[in-house]
Amino acid sequence: MSFLSIQDLTVQLKNGMPLLRQVSLDVAPGEVRALVGESGAGKSMIGKAVLGILPKAARLTGGKILLDGEDLQTLPQKARRQRIGARAALIPQDPLTALNPSRRVGPQITDRLVDILGWKRPDAEKRALELLEEVHIQSPDRVMKAYPHELSGGMRQRILIASAFAAEPKLIIADEPTTALDVTVQKQILKLIREMQQRHGTALLFVTHDLGVVSKIAQSLSVLYAGKVIEETTVENFFASPSHAYSRALLAATPKYTDPEGSLTQVPESVIAAVEAEVAAFDDQVKAGSRP
Amino acid sequence: MQIVRALLTRLITTFITLFGAAIIVFVVIRVVPGNPIAMMLPPGASEADIDRLKALYGLDKGIFEQFVIWISNVVQGDFGTSITLRQPVYDLVIGRLPATLELSVMALLIAVFIGGAAALTATLYRGSKVEGGIDVAGGIALSLPDFLWGLALILLFGVLWPLFHISGRISPSLGFEFTSHFYLFEALARFRFDVVLDLMGHMLMPALALAIPLAAIILQLLKQSLKECMHDDYITLARTKGYAESSIILRDALPNAILPTLTLIGVQFTFLIGGTVIIERLFSYEGLGNMAIDAVINRDLPLIQGIVLVFALLFTMVNLVVDMAYAALNPRLRHA
Repeated sequence: MSFLSIQDLTVQLKNGMPLLRQVSLDVAPGEVRALVGESGAGKSMIGKAVLGILPKAARLTGGKILLDGEDLQTLPQKARRQRIGARAALIPQDPLTALNPSRRVGPQITDRLVDILGWKRPDAEKRALELLEEVHIQSPDRVMKAYPHELSGGMRQRILIASAFAAEPKLIIADEPTTALDVTVQKQILKLIREMQQRHGTALLFVTHDLGVVSKIAQSLSVLYAGKVIEETTVENFFASPSHAYSRALLAATPKYTDPEGSLTQVPESVIAAVEAEVAAFDDQVKAGSRP
Repeated sequence: MQIVRALLTRLITTFITLFGAAIIVFVVIRVVPGNPIAMMLPPGASEADIDRLKALYGLDKGIFEQFVIWISNVVQGDFGTSITLRQPVYDLVIGRLPATLELSVMALLIAVFIGGAAALTATLYRGSKVEGGIDVAGGIALSLPDFLWGLALILLFGVLWPLFHISGRISPSLGFEFTSHFYLFEALARFRFDVVLDLMGHMLMPALALAIPLAAIILQLLKQSLKECMHDDYITLARTKGYAESSIILRDALPNAILPTLTLIGVQFTFLIGGTVIIERLFSYEGLGNMAIDAVINRDLPLIQGIVLVFALLFTMVNLVVDMAYAALNPRLRHA
């Protein structure tokens, strides 16, 4: 039984332009699934749809999102919001902008526990201190009282990770959590997310465009192109023998550390044309009504 | 240590500002045509009479000499004697200042309340008809000056539907003995709510007239800042935590959006105090502004000088308060 189950999820702009085309995927408890694809493929959009933070111009027009077996779309707004807040959490992309600059760090970790889940404040603060220690922050007491601008980007991302795990959510969505950090910090943060995920047994939906990161953290992955899942497989199978031509080209285009210059290739145009044609054919099927 | 230094710097600049204001007002009112002597004597008074009276008030001396005499007296706390009212300027000004302070602060509170509430509501319902309606109302409020709002209010709530008093500060029939000049404050402190009600009945319309344009300015700027904040990442993160839109606006967006508005309120509040001059006249409200107009008409030089100095002091105080509030609300500034 998967903790997150997305079935035929369709998200469109108000003018009808599709952003997600009947996306289906499952994340089992404790599983790490990577969502890969180029910019604009819709990988972040899936996370946003699950967390209920779609941009105003976008609308969920079809499909189901089941969180712990419960169809989120059937719930009234307030209940949906609170259900998501209690069971899922986000590790955002840019730690420099994801913390409120005018609030101290401590309350930004404890607020969900106190306001949404009804914890007592001292309990929530104790929990926050434990979490800050878990994410290897020195002197958590001091950090709790600090303002975000007093801390480095890496520190802030650690705080955001601690905050995401605060309510013991069963699902965490990490939206390119290392892209905004410099390379030396990236590795540490990635290792930390993996460590936390394993210790807490949390299901993780990891959005990234970096296949190198995928091999380090995920067990399964979905490849997206133009808002459509074009391949869904285990990480092992993907790196051994990707089945879709686009996936193969994507893998070939990943720079290799041994030969960074020579291995810098693009996805061939013929492959792009083929996958574009596949998406267009899918759209025609939807229009003709042969697909729901 | 830093605070002491900052305060000291502030004190010195305040003195320089006041000194500059004193020079300007002193020179200007002596250079413009018309003088108090002409206002006091009947037409056809002899040269000798005029000269005698001039000498009496020291107006026969040169401007520079007059200024030195005046400023050295001011430093000792003597602001001179009003020519028309024949009372010490200090007593007159201190007697009227509280009325103007109460009126301006009341107007400011109303403006912040209306403007703030409208901005928050418009943000909560952004993109809907509610926002459109608030924008239209704000546009109308902004496009008319305060004294026209004053006239409109008199017409509406003074004549057509006589809800409020249209002139004065308090009904004389009340016969209430005040020990200070802060009537509203005193009445509140002494729990005389009947007096409070009467005072409010006099103050509400002029305060509202002053507040309406300021409320519209607050609405526009605060709404703009709030809308920008609503796109920030920490807002999105707060949404995923399960918070309602209204509490996100109040707790996460407002503290970050309020700083530019705060600066603006400081600047606009000084304009508002300037606006009390004409509004007090319109409502025959016995404040400093009303007295200033009389003083100017009668060329009551010492009184004008005293009033302008008090206004200048008030403006620098407002700026000081705004700066302090800014530092208190912006953590990035506090530690710098």
